[in-house]
Formats: sequence, C-alpha cells, structure tokens
Amino acid sequence: MPKKLEKVDAVIVGSGWAGGITAAELTKKGHQVVILERGQSQKQQDYIGSKDELRYSLRYDLMQDLNKETITSRNDLDETALPVRNNDNARLGNDTGGAGVHWNGISFRWLPYDFEIYSKTVERYGKDKIPEGSTMQDWGITYDELEPYYDQYEKTAGISGEENPIGPPRSNKYPNPPLKSTPSIDLFKKATSNLGYHPYHLPSANVSQQYENPDGETINGCMYCAFCEEFGCDFGAKADPMVTVLKTAEKTGNLELRNHANVTRVSHDGNRASGLVYTDTNTGEEFEQPADIVVLAGFVFTNTRLLLLSEIGKPYNPETGQGIIGKNFTGHFTNISTYIGARGFFEDKKFNLFMGAGALGATIDDFSGDNQDHTDLNYLHGYEVHYSQLGKRPMANNHVPKGTPNWGETFKKNSLHYTNRNLFITPQTGFLPNKNSYMDLDPTYKDALGNPLLRVTCKYAEQDRERARAGVARCEEIMKEMGADIVDVDDVADDADFDHKFYTDHFFGGAIMGADPDTSAVNTYSQMWEMENLFVVGGSSFPHNSNYNPTETIGAFAYRAAEGMNTYLKQGGGLLTQGKEAQKNA
Amino acid sequence: MTDDYSNNNHTDEASDPGRRRFIKNTGMIAGGVVGGSLLGGLLTNQFTDTEDDVKTESSKDKETNFQEARQFFTRMEDFAVLQAATERLFPENDDGPGAIKLGVPYYIDKQLAGLWGINGQDYRHAPFNPQAQIDIKNPEYQASQIPLNRGTVFLHGLRKLNEESQKQFNSTFDKADNDQQETILSKAEEGNITMSGMTSSNFFFLLRQATLEGAYCDPLYGGNRNMEGWKMKEFPGAQASYANVIDKDEFVTMEPVSLKSYQGD
Repeated sequence: MPKKLEKVDAVIVGSGWAGGITAAELTKKGHQVVILERGQSQKQQDYIGSKDELRYSLRYDLMQDLNKETITSRNDLDETALPVRNNDNARLGNDTGGAGVHWNGISFRWLPYDFEIYSKTVERYGKDKIPEGSTMQDWGITYDELEPYYDQYEKTAGISGEENPIGPPRSNKYPNPPLKSTPSIDLFKKATSNLGYHPYHLPSANVSQQYENPDGETINGCMYCAFCEEFGCDFGAKADPMVTVLKTAEKTGNLELRNHANVTRVSHDGNRASGLVYTDTNTGEEFEQPADIVVLAGFVFTNTRLLLLSEIGKPYNPETGQGIIGKNFTGHFTNISTYIGARGFFEDKKFNLFMGAGALGATIDDFSGDNQDHTDLNYLHGYEVHYSQLGKRPMANNHVPKGTPNWGETFKKNSLHYTNRNLFITPQTGFLPNKNSYMDLDPTYKDALGNPLLRVTCKYAEQDRERARAGVARCEEIMKEMGADIVDVDDVADDADFDHKFYTDHFFGGAIMGADPDTSAVNTYSQMWEMENLFVVGGSSFPHNSNYNPTETIGAFAYRAAEGMNTYLKQGGGLLTQGKEAQKNA
Repeated sequence: MTDDYSNNNHTDEASDPGRRRFIKNTGMIAGGVVGGSLLGGLLTNQFTDTEDDVKTESSKDKETNFQEARQFFTRMEDFAVLQAATERLFPENDDGPGAIKLGVPYYIDKQLAGLWGINGQDYRHAPFNPQAQIDIKNPEYQASQIPLNRGTVFLHGLRKLNEESQKQFNSTFDKADNDQQETILSKAEEGNITMSGMTSSNFFFLLRQATLEGAYCDPLYGGNRNMEGWKMKEFPGAQASYANVIDKDEFVTMEPVSLKSYQGD
C-alpha cells in the first residue's frame, strides 16, 4: 500500500508550461499546490556555459531517458508495435520545466478556423468535403473566446513579434518588438513579397529586450548565440517555465515542487479523483498524494497513459469508433512537415549562419489553415512556410547538394564550402485526425516499474501527403525566387507513411476537448466530463493539429484551465459552464 | 521547438557515381594512416605520434596528451582499422586536417567506453526485432531495433571491414590503398557486407555520424583538436553574443572559443 501523505488543494503531474501555469494561477489565489515531477531538479544556472552541441543536440541531455520509459509505434491495426528505443527517434522533454526548457520559442496563435474546423469546412464547402475516415471536430470554443488567454500567455512569456498582416484579430500588440533581422531573413521576406505573399517575423519567446512580465519576473534580452533548440538558455533570455511561472508560484510560498516523483496512477472511486499515486525514483517507495483537485499536465503520452492505466474514461476502439481516451493522435511528422522543404545553395553569398536564435526568422500565412480556397484542392488545412536562422551548429550542418557524395574528400570540400552558403525553408503542415491514428496500452512492452508502455498507431491519409507536397512545392518556388544556384527539393513518396520518428515534440490527442461529452474527454476548461475534479491539460486536449507550433496554444488553454480550477475550488464543485458561442455551436 | 531541420534526415545522397569518378581522377595520398611527419606546423608537438611523445614526455610532460590512450578498443588492429576508416570518410586535404589529426579515432574510443557505447539512455528490453520493418526509410529507427549495443556494432563492423579487405585485396584494411578502402566502405554503406544480427549499413551510419562528431565536437571530448575542425568550418564555438553583428551583411570571421575558456575554469 502506498504511504498516504497530507492532503493539499491541488496536485499536478508535470512542471512544464501546462503544470507551471496552472501552479502559478492556483498558488496566486492562495491554494496549496504540489507538483510531482519525475525528472530531476533544474535551475537556470544549469544552463550557464552549456553551449555544447554534442551533449545536448546529439546525446539529448535534456530529453527523456528512454531506458526507463518509452512508447511503442506501428502503422496498422494488425501490426505488432515496436518500442522507440533511442532519442534519435523520440525527443521528449524531461526534468523541471519539461519541454518548455529546450524549445526554440516560436509562438504562434492558431486560427479561428482551427477551433471550429468541422463547422467552417462544412459551411464553406459542404459536408462532402469532409474526408472519409476523418474524425475532425470542433473544439467547443471559438478563437474570440480564447483570445484573452492568448494575450495573457504572450504577456507572461514576453513574446516578441511583428504584426501578422493577415492574422486573426488581437486585443493588444505583442508585449515586445520583434527580434532583429538578418540578410537571409530579408532575402526570404523580399522573395515572398515579390511573389505576392505576406511575410512577417516569427513571433518569438526569445525575448528581444529585457522585459518584466505582469507577475514581476524578468526575462533577459536575446544574445542571438545560436543555442536554443535542445538547450536551456544561457542567459535566461528565452521564456521558459523556470524563469516565469514556476518562479511566480514559488514566490507565493504555496508551491512544493517534488522531483523524482514518477506518477503511476490517479486514485479515484469512479466519480471523483482523490489524488495521485507515485514512486519516489530515488528510494523506490510508493506514495499517495491526496488533493481536492487533480491535474494531469504531462506530455500527451503521459496524460493519455495515466488515464488508461487508471481506467478513467472509455478507451477508444478504432474498430467501432466508440470510446474516447486515446482518440485523435496527430502531430507534426518529420517526413511530411517541418523537416522537409527546399534547400538552396548559394555560390556567391556567404551568410553568418552560425549566429541565430531559435525563433529568429520569418513566415507567411497565405496558405495556413483555410486561408486559401480548398474547393479544387484534394486536401484540407494547410501549411505555413518559414525560414529561420536558428544558428547552424557544425555537427548537424553538413549539407551538400543532392547527387554529390556524403563522405570522403569531395564531401569534406563541399560541406565546408556550403556551410554558410545553404538556406532551408520548410512548410509546417497541419495534420487532421483519422479513425486509425490513436493511442492505447501496449500488450508486450513495459516500463522500468512494470507498467505497460503507451502504444501509438499512426497512419497517413492521402490528403496528408498531398498537403505536404503542396507545401514543398511552395518552398521550391520561394527558394528559386531567393536566387539560389542549386535548389534541392524533398520528395514525398506515394507510399510515405509515419516513420516512427517522434522528433518534433509536437504531438496531440488522447483526451480531446469539445462541447459534447459523447465526443470529447474534457470540456474547454480541460475538465474531465466524467470526473469533475480531474483536469487534463496540454496538447492531449487538442482534437487536431494545426500548421503552427503548439506551445502558445497550450499556454492559452492552460490559463483557461487554471481559471476554471480556481472557479471550481471557489464554488465548491460542479461542471464549469462554457462560453455562449461554444454552447450555440454544440 | 522543432524547426531544426539539421539533424541530417536527408541522407539520401548515399551512393554516387560521381564520387568514384572523383577518386579515379585525383591522386589521393597513398596509405590510410597519416603519419606524424605530415603534421607540418598546424599542431603542437603534444599531438605528434608515439615516438615523439616518448622523447618529449620527460622534458615537456605538461604538454603530453595523457588522454590519448585506448579505453574501449583492446586490439590495436581494430583501432588501426578505425583510424583508416575515419580518415577515409574525412580525409586530410587542402582545407585542413583529416580525422586522425583531429583526434577522431580517440574521440570514438572514448564515446564507446561511455554511456553512448552501451546505449545507456535507450530502451533495451526484449523482444528485439532486427529484421522488423527493414523497409522503413528511417535508419536510426531500424538500427535501434537490434540487440547489439553501439560498442559491439563498431567491433563487428571494423572487423568485417578488415575481413572484407583481406578477401578482396589480400591486405588488412588499414594497409589497403585509398581506392580499395573506398570500395569496401561503399559496400558497407550500401548494406552489401553480410553481418550477423545487423546490417553493414547500420554500422556505416554510426561510423559516419561519429566521425563528424569527432571532427566538430568541443575539444573537451578529445576530437576537434586545437579547434582545427571549427577553424576549417569557420564556426566560432561558444560565443557569448552575436547581438551586435547578427544583422551585418558581410561575413564575420572570429577566433573560436572552447567551452574550457567560455566556462572560465
């Protein structure tokens, strides 16, 4: 029997953005909060002098240790899934601050279309446009209802941005001006303008100047040192949970962040959650942390797996379409999004590509979501095309033109010659859910504690390949306009399918939100329909994947969830009432 | 957080007729291993070969590189193949030093002796399935499904290169000429050398990755000696800030900074 600890107001799994925001908002209202974080303690000081490509980019020092726990993966329902065994294939956040520490900081808002995707698609094109096998649905909320929470997140993180000329309405300007520009970014902007598109700087959580957020936390100005992705920031100049919301929560005196606490179950009686059961990974001892409200704020895989292991909600069954937990697995996948595109090689121009920042770049929204007319296109949703100068580090930057050797003397010569002469632009594509892409528990493989691993089944639909091809073709067009001497374009093969690479860290679904308990696990406050004092916060609640980086939308929904929790604690229970527009659409 | 398109996902330029043509048309230096006499003025004497080390050790022992001894490889013959193979992948040329002078073989030896060599961060529970989904175009995924750890993959792979060289050219790999070494490495890369429990392309993939790591890692790991890899690549290492130059149009050249000097210890 686990040792029972003293009850608190709220217990949270995970200390990333979702857990950190929730903890900050609850503790500010005087609630006692415990965060259970299975990884080790991290502080900003851990990242001072950490500009080490091998350790962080090639050995994945900040990522989940798969030795203890991983996921399994397959394409089809009749296949045996295999475990994802190394970090080259699964780059998942870990330790205090979670994936919020090692991110690049690209901070988009999603589109009004995203939140009402089913209704708006039917409205514009008719019901026949919904692809067979698609499980796309409205989220139960509108952009306008979510906007104040976007605004709140942007202020907390000090987002530095330039107004998107064709973006959705905003109640306020970005709290900080955009990052600087560079010759290669200027070139991208000029080329896309020439083509009639609408470029703007990527909105960035690498903050453009020293900034104090509304909670009184200071984020420093970016040094453009080129060590963002996979790294913690040397200077505290990238908004992450440690320099913002976790600090805010700690200042209240109402937070206890417990590291090495690996949660294995939600304890409950079928109607109410009573706490979280976890193993202290230092001692092997098992504890139960009771609380009035229980918050799952881990990564998609953690949240979904905990619900399945705890037998909360009905598991999704792809054969019947019944059940909800595990449904609508989506993501950005490296062979159809974000890592494919067009690479241009320039003979006469050397760029300072070793300088940069994770979110330093520009994008166009002309093909995002439903911004272009899909009447004659054989796919729905779209792509944003961006160029970013995130700083090319030497082990990973050895690109040579296609058809030339990739080792030996010619390779050495070419890879050195083109080091600062190659630019890459990529389409980040949306991904719509389908009935055969979902998550459940693996029948064979187990974690270090003997619990079944989560199994991912993912299958591309034809429209996912078509969307990617359209995006790549757009990259080619732009790269040619940029004047590259050689333009190499990636191919999306007819048989391209999910290649079991969980590399982007952008994955969604498993406990999706909506306005109707029959087709969603949580409401738009991330509150479980079936268990009102259990909140499941984060990318797990997204019914599909847009063509944008997700962190800001996760942050916005975490603020909304936290507001719901405070209301819930104040009113002493009950399901939270959703917005008027959402009810109208339900 | 994912917009790093840099992890060499695009390894599709694997085979190339142009490369062989190139080799035929150029007179590459004979012999796989570059001796100390070719070092020229690029490096200080701490990096010269054993003979010189013996001479200098007593008088200049501060400069002796005590870190350059084998931790992982027990047989000199295996290490000799590693030296020759990495040099062939990343040869010395007029751009600068090759793998051996950059310390790549010792870098790999150290890596294999540590966490990476034993797949310490990887999920290692059975059942393994080395043949599974072999057609998936994701070499990292496929290679990871085998029960062997990276250290063993290297040992098996290097010994296979030697075996193949004996068979085809009646010479150990390290003594074979450049063209012969290239022929064998290409065969390994294409998966055409039969191996037990793995494919030769699994091995080649790791060998290529580790060679580039050793050429461009921070010198603290034993590769990129004297930051010569970074100098060739015009990579300035651990710079504190580019805030004042990031918007400049002209190319900026800077002396590289190692973590040792950046961390200031």
